[in-house]
Amino acid sequence: MRRNVRVALFVTCVNDTIFPDTGKAVVRLLRRLGHEVDFPEGQTCCGQMHVNTGYPEAATALMRRFTQVFGGYEAVVAPSASCVATVREQYPRLAAAAGDPALAEEVTRVAGKVYDLSELLVDVLGTTDVGAYYPHTVTYHPTCHSLRGLHLGDRPLRLLRQVRGLRLVELPEAAECCGFGGTFAVKNPAVSTAMGIDKVTNVISTGAEVLCAADNSCLTHLGGTLSRLRAGVRTVHLAEILASVESGAA
Amino acid sequence: MSGHTYLGMPAFPERSAAAVQDAQLRHNLRHATRTIRGKRAAVIDELPDWPGAREAAKEIKDRTLRHLDRYLVQLEEAVTAAGGTVHWAADAAEANRIVVGLVEATGERSVVKVKSMATQEIGLNEALESAGITAYETDLAELIVQLGEDTPSHILVPAIHRNRAEIREIFQRAMADWGRPAPGDLTDDPRALAEAARLHLRERFMSTRVAVSGANFMVAETGTLVVLESEGNGRMCLTLPETLISVVGIEKTIPTWEDLSVFLELLPRSSTGERMNPYTTTWTGVTPGDGPQTFHLVLLDNGRTDVLADQVGRQALRCIRCSACLNVCPVYQRTGGHAYGSVYPGPIGAILTPQLRGMQSELDASLPYASTLCGACYEVCPVAIDIPEVLVHLRARAVQESGHRAERLAMRAARWVLERPVRLTRAQNAAGRFRRLIPKRLPGPLGGWTDTRDLPPVPRESFRAWWRRTEKGDS
Repeated sequence: MRRNVRVALFVTCVNDTIFPDTGKAVVRLLRRLGHEVDFPEGQTCCGQMHVNTGYPEAATALMRRFTQVFGGYEAVVAPSASCVATVREQYPRLAAAAGDPALAEEVTRVAGKVYDLSELLVDVLGTTDVGAYYPHTVTYHPTCHSLRGLHLGDRPLRLLRQVRGLRLVELPEAAECCGFGGTFAVKNPAVSTAMGIDKVTNVISTGAEVLCAADNSCLTHLGGTLSRLRAGVRTVHLAEILASVESGAA
Repeated sequence: MSGHTYLGMPAFPERSAAAVQDAQLRHNLRHATRTIRGKRAAVIDELPDWPGAREAAKEIKDRTLRHLDRYLVQLEEAVTAAGGTVHWAADAAEANRIVVGLVEATGERSVVKVKSMATQEIGLNEALESAGITAYETDLAELIVQLGEDTPSHILVPAIHRNRAEIREIFQRAMADWGRPAPGDLTDDPRALAEAARLHLRERFMSTRVAVSGANFMVAETGTLVVLESEGNGRMCLTLPETLISVVGIEKTIPTWEDLSVFLELLPRSSTGERMNPYTTTWTGVTPGDGPQTFHLVLLDNGRTDVLADQVGRQALRCIRCSACLNVCPVYQRTGGHAYGSVYPGPIGAILTPQLRGMQSELDASLPYASTLCGACYEVCPVAIDIPEVLVHLRARAVQESGHRAERLAMRAARWVLERPVRLTRAQNAAGRFRRLIPKRLPGPLGGWTDTRDLPPVPRESFRAWWRRTEKGDS
């Protein structure tokens, strides 16, 4: 396992604004593992919502900022598979469409150092046992961007299996999309809701207390559905489970 | 695309909202798509090199599309040399005019049809009907759709939205109007239903002198057309009549028989989940004393050259109509095909229809948004069409070409906030301060969220405010 890696946290705009505990968990976790965490305050948003809704120019402006802010770091971590996928998949296309070869080159260079949390832990820092304690029954939903975008595979599950006290239960039809889809959730609310209900039905069938994923945006949709149904299942980001230890709360 | 039957339809969100309420439809779709998915996965997994075959298929299609002008001329020369006649149709109206003229020249008043997406795209049956010519669909599922005065809802399984009880009812009600009636004691046993259709269709095959077909592939080097099917009804149409008229999109061209071998392996596995389809019919012009003695090929553009001009969108022309993307699509599975308002439903329809028809109508402009971008379609596509990439590309075009006024303003405001950290900080501070005033039900389009889902609580302090207050998270 590597020590003393200097990691920049790209917290993402959604986590920054709505789920600060996820960002704090990443900071706590990486420091506990002996790494240095920095939060460059010039960061804002990766531009995912803009590019995926049909506003590539706005996304390109946000991409330029991202590239400047994070260009100097050895490793960048984001607790959001979909934001990392935006950087990795969409940025090269946006830069190519902008017709700026220097930007394209810089974007590709920076994108190569941006990791989802489980990629950073398993591939870069070389650990699956992060010393966490979480005495709950948990089921894991592999979000579309972690599964088919970043191909995270079983990395999150390997991390969860090492958490002491945690009972991991398998989610039926796990690979199915939850129906969030960014602005899809408000543009096509009926279909989005139908998909969400099918997903939470599977979640409830596992008997888990906690639904875990690597993306708070999908969890907002599923958590909102679970809460409306009074299902009694909480949604918790992977980072917060991995940051939990015996003495302190998550 | 003519799309005359779809004109003035409401947009996808309204159409799909109605569809998801239909419990019978959702049950039928879920059962049928899950069954095909399982079969497909099994026969794809057993391929020694699926990524390699997929890459080869993609490469063949891309190369052909790059030099389509050349291959089409080669195809025309080969078909003509083999005794066929080639016609070029720029759009649906021209294609329909050509086909109606060819049928009228035979003096016949009816045609049998092989299942064909291209003729549905141009609304050929309706054009023939206007000219007093009856078109009889002979594919079992298309027959169900025709007898039920319905429209297809799936590329491969056009009547996927019907279960066998509904099919029995349609056969009993409508078969008599079109020819041989259904037996009085017809049950919903699949064998009994198939037998009723067989007897009904057999009479038609034996008495009709003109057939209309599409084609899965056109091999340029020999001028050979290829149809893959399961039932043998296509083979009846392609061999028994005296005149055969094939209407085929120009993108169906492939250069050689060797290229064809790649697709003969991929198409049945991806579509029906079989290693090999039961019937593959190939024909090259006319063969004296064997099969139709007159053959016409109508090469259809109908928007395809416009698609070819779009560097990102053109990959949609690789499509071999296998429908694997429909069967894995979580949206399609809950809405069915009719919500897409086109003969091309599902993920491929969401990128093909707006490109072929343009995005002037509300429905067509809404199709690129009929997806969560979950990526399941791209994963199963045998010609590696990156459907999410094209969807995102078309969304940018939709924003340029059509309304979206309120959304444009909201997106501009979001950009303004997100462009400067200081503005984001101020917005977060305001949200934190007034968080108790945020209503549980949001107004306007955002109500789409809160109608069915609770909002997450807004925290008092954003992450960046915490970072600053605790001097870099040193808490």
